[in-house]
Amino acid sequence: MSQLEIRNLSASIEGQEILKNLSLAVPKGEVHALMGPNGTGKSTLAKVLAGHEDYEVTGGSVLLDGEEILGKEPDEIAHAGLFLAFQYPLEIPGVSIANFIRAALQSRLAEGEKLDAPAYYKRLHEKMDLLQIDRKFSSRALNEGFSGGEKKRCEILQMSMLEPSYCVMDETDSGLDIDALKVVANGVNLMRGPDRGILVITHYQRLLDYIVPDKVHVMYDGRIVRTGDSELAKELESRGYDWVREELAGSPA
Amino acid sequence: MSDTDTQTIDIDRERGNFRYEVDYEYDAGTGLSEETIDYIANAKGEDEWITNFRKKALRVFNKLPLPTHWASRDLESIIFDKIRYYLSQGQMPSRSWDEVPDEVKETFERLGIPEQERKFLAGVEAQFDSEAAYSNMKEALRKEGVIFVGSSEGLKEHPEIFRKFFGKVIPTNDNKFAALNSAVFSGGSFIYVPPGVKVSQPLQAYFRINAESFGQFERTLIIADEGSEVTYMEGCTAPRFETSTLHSAVVELVALKGAKLQYITVQNWSDNVFNLVTKRGWAEEDAEVKWIDCNIGSRLTMKYPGVVLKGKRARGEVISIALANDGQHQDTGAKMVHQADETTSNIVSKSISVGEGRATYRGLVNMPDHLSGCKNNTECDALLINTNSRTDTYPAINVQGNGNSVQHEASVSKVSAEQIFYMRQRGLSEGEAMSLAVNGFVNDLVREFPMEYSVELKRLIDMEMEGSVG
Repeated sequence: MSQLEIRNLSASIEGQEILKNLSLAVPKGEVHALMGPNGTGKSTLAKVLAGHEDYEVTGGSVLLDGEEILGKEPDEIAHAGLFLAFQYPLEIPGVSIANFIRAALQSRLAEGEKLDAPAYYKRLHEKMDLLQIDRKFSSRALNEGFSGGEKKRCEILQMSMLEPSYCVMDETDSGLDIDALKVVANGVNLMRGPDRGILVITHYQRLLDYIVPDKVHVMYDGRIVRTGDSELAKELESRGYDWVREELAGSPA
Repeated sequence: MSDTDTQTIDIDRERGNFRYEVDYEYDAGTGLSEETIDYIANAKGEDEWITNFRKKALRVFNKLPLPTHWASRDLESIIFDKIRYYLSQGQMPSRSWDEVPDEVKETFERLGIPEQERKFLAGVEAQFDSEAAYSNMKEALRKEGVIFVGSSEGLKEHPEIFRKFFGKVIPTNDNKFAALNSAVFSGGSFIYVPPGVKVSQPLQAYFRINAESFGQFERTLIIADEGSEVTYMEGCTAPRFETSTLHSAVVELVALKGAKLQYITVQNWSDNVFNLVTKRGWAEEDAEVKWIDCNIGSRLTMKYPGVVLKGKRARGEVISIALANDGQHQDTGAKMVHQADETTSNIVSKSISVGEGRATYRGLVNMPDHLSGCKNNTECDALLINTNSRTDTYPAINVQGNGNSVQHEASVSKVSAEQIFYMRQRGLSEGEAMSLAVNGFVNDLVREFPMEYSVELKRLIDMEMEGSVG
């Protein structure tokens, strides 16, 4: 099955359970939004999917096109086709964006195979033009001294160059002004297609004005509590998250 | 004689970690005494003044204590009586690779030396244990009067220039290991560049240790006459042995009025090598001496390249990169001794400590108060990868006089687990991620290198970091 499928996933950090039997599936060709109040485990989910070693998976499975990725190393998961756009991308001083993406692409080649440098730069420049990013940007050190908007643009550029099968975007809209938000949304929309599934994690409806999701999932206390279409996001925007909390409190455990 | 069938070739993933069985015609045996020196002098057919110089140096060596009051006590692990001080196959260096003995030629071919020579070098000297096996330079430079030979040959053929500067920049009693070198030196390069001659491509020497329990003591003297320019590059490797190996070189540089002399080292010692090297240059009026020093590998490296700024407006620069991996200690730094007005010096040191690796920076900047218009800039940056690594900085800055200025900056940063995770999420292995972080850290310095050496350095860093992943 061509999808990112999370089945009954439970995970904890330092003994505290954060994800509680969470299930969710993003098929190729679709964009799903994952919404929820702060502290509900959205970013934990993103990191667990990417294989972060600080989290202990206590149950469930995560299948990428039917293949289990839990327990794999972060680079193996990346090679399997999962890309995580970080909420807080890290600075790597002295390493240019161009060299970094090149190393990432090189890591996907078989041993002894070498990336065709002229073809690489040609493609990089095409993508940058498409994303309306100044070409000079690629010679800057990765995320070093970048504004919030620049960091997110850089994530989108990496994503479009690596062409992953599945993208998980962790609060990509946080801290962005409206112009940066449009650039990011434009990038995601360009990446939409039948060969790719995208999970957009966000706290606010705002981003979903520009990226219209096929489905919206509401996460609360470590699991998915509601799933609907893009109307659900609008409902959350107008009513806030309190009604979710109240509804859950009122329902039998 | 060893033939191809019985040759032992121990090869590991590192390019330098292999050795050939070689029959040495000259072997001074183990231990160090006046007889050892007589043996070396006899093997080389040296003039008496050199033998006397050596014997005097031996007495100084025996008298001086190990510098363990400030340096690592690991120095005490060197058993001087168990070291072999001279090993050679008893022939003058060849001018053609075809004439180099097979095992030696194969060694340098595996290290890529003849290929580099064809591609971008003006001249090459290749030293195998105690003596140069190959030494050659482009004909055009010979015609311009440039001399580039092994130090043994230099002493024989050009004593009038050699003797004038030999032991003047670094006196025998400078330190215990300079004295040791002065007693048993063999090999190294002698270079003389006549006034106004600008050597556009680098001259390169490659120092290879092949024998176990051996000490390599090359002695290099480079003289750039007035207004000349030259770049010299040294590379070095040794296979990995069970017992420790000693490399203790002395390198003296002389830049006469208006000359520019650049000395680049990219060393890749295996981690049983004690690398205790004294390097210093003189810069006369308007002259420039620049050291670019990349220290990778070795068990303990102690090396503080210096420049004595003797003439007005002389410039000195030390750019150093040290990578200390598990079980290694890089104790490196720089010395700038200002002796004339308006002299300027620049020190940029970057060290990387990985795992249990330890990096130490020691600096000395001296500006007496009768001088004016002198400037020094010192920058020391350390990068730590994982919590066990250790870095120390000991800058000694002695600046007097109001007309002089000094700037000192130091920083320590860490490669965090989150940075590694971020890079791995993009597909890089742990080793590749660390390697990229290290390359990024030294990137601004590497940009100053000739392209070929920056590629080599990057390759060495990649190899070292790949190997450090547990």
